[in-house]
Amino acid sequence: MTTRDEITAGLSEILEEVAGVNPDDVAEDKSFTDDLDVDSLSMVEVVVAAEEKFSVKIPDDEVQNLKTVGDAVTYIQKASA
Amino acid sequence: MSGLLAGKRLLVTGVITDQSIAFSVARIAQEQGATVVLTGFGRMSLVERIAKRLPAEAPVIELDVTNAEHLAGLAGKVQSTVDGLDGVVHSIAYAPQSCLGGGFLDAPWEDVAQAIQVSTYSYKSLAVACLPLMKQGGSVVGLTFDATKAWPVYDWMGVAKAGLESANRYLALHLGKQGIRSNLVSAGPLRTMAARSIPGFEQFEDAWAERAPLGWSLTDQEPAARAVLALLSDWFPATTGEVVHVDGGYHALGA
Ligand SMILES: NC(=O)c1ccc[n+]([C@@H]2O[C@H](COP(=O)([O-])OP(=O)(O)OC[C@H]3O[C@@H](n4cnc5c(N)ncnc54)[C@H](O)[C@@H]3O)[C@@H](O)[C@H]2O)c1
Repeated sequence: MTTRDEITAGLSEILEEVAGVNPDDVAEDKSFTDDLDVDSLSMVEVVVAAEEKFSVKIPDDEVQNLKTVGDAVTYIQKASA
Repeated sequence: MSGLLAGKRLLVTGVITDQSIAFSVARIAQEQGATVVLTGFGRMSLVERIAKRLPAEAPVIELDVTNAEHLAGLAGKVQSTVDGLDGVVHSIAYAPQSCLGGGFLDAPWEDVAQAIQVSTYSYKSLAVACLPLMKQGGSVVGLTFDATKAWPVYDWMGVAKAGLESANRYLALHLGKQGIRSNLVSAGPLRTMAARSIPGFEQFEDAWAERAPLGWSLTDQEPAARAVLALLSDWFPATTGEVVHVDGGYHALGA
């Protein structure tokens, strides 16, 4: 089972690669759009990359509920359990 | 290899997510025996990730249809992966926000011009750029949203689609001598990225699902994709300048 910290670290790598986000800025309480400046097309790519990295499926209707890094971690942990 | 498109070499534009109509086109084309080359716009890394989700990974060539250099170099780049083309799919549309969502009376010409360049004129540009690779029996297919009517919120994209439907007839006229066909699929509403970017697009959705004689799924791109592939196949050899509705029959209704 992947821990929350491991998932956050994985997301942080993806955010850096896809959207140029500084890994030091990534924390569970950060909002993708408001704090990390991830635009909507970058968010689409973050989701695609996360699906691949964690072998999960994140449906479109779910993506709009993933406001913060923590929301994404919770979803990925549940989906890969 | 067997299948409806066995041995066909296809260029498919317009993949950006796995919900893109073009993604279903590419996937089913491969399942039906075709070799597929994709083009991508803007976010190439995303298109490349999505290309890996196809049954067989497809090469991706960068193409902004408003970029004259991209268009001029396209045939050469395609030729480095396949030796010719039997079919080309245009699955591209864009309009600035001012052109959509009820802003019809206020949208400035610069924005409207961009919508028409990307969504209408590019159908011709793409076909012409691919022409050197095509021969008798070739087929060009695009995607429209019924432009014979005015829809709420579709605004200048509707005008661009009306132009596309006309450009389709003229392309049929001008490519007919070379034995190349041009047709469009008029799809019902589908929840893709392009559709989500139209404010108020949900307005069509419920009515369509409720009223279309055959019903309609907003999340199933396969019926539209299959029609595109049928038009690319050898089974519509004398059909050109046509618009095939894949909308559950919605267009056939009055009130
Ligand atoms: N989704 C619907 O409800 C619906 C209904 C009928 C017709 N269509 C048409 O289907 C086609 C595909 O759209 P979709 O719904 O799959 O959405 P989509 O967002 O998945 O695809 C639109 C594509 O257009 C591309 N594009 C935009 N500007 C470009 C440019 N300058 N150069 C090259 N490519 C560019 C984008 O990269 C994207 O891949 C469009 O023509 C659209 O109008 C869609």
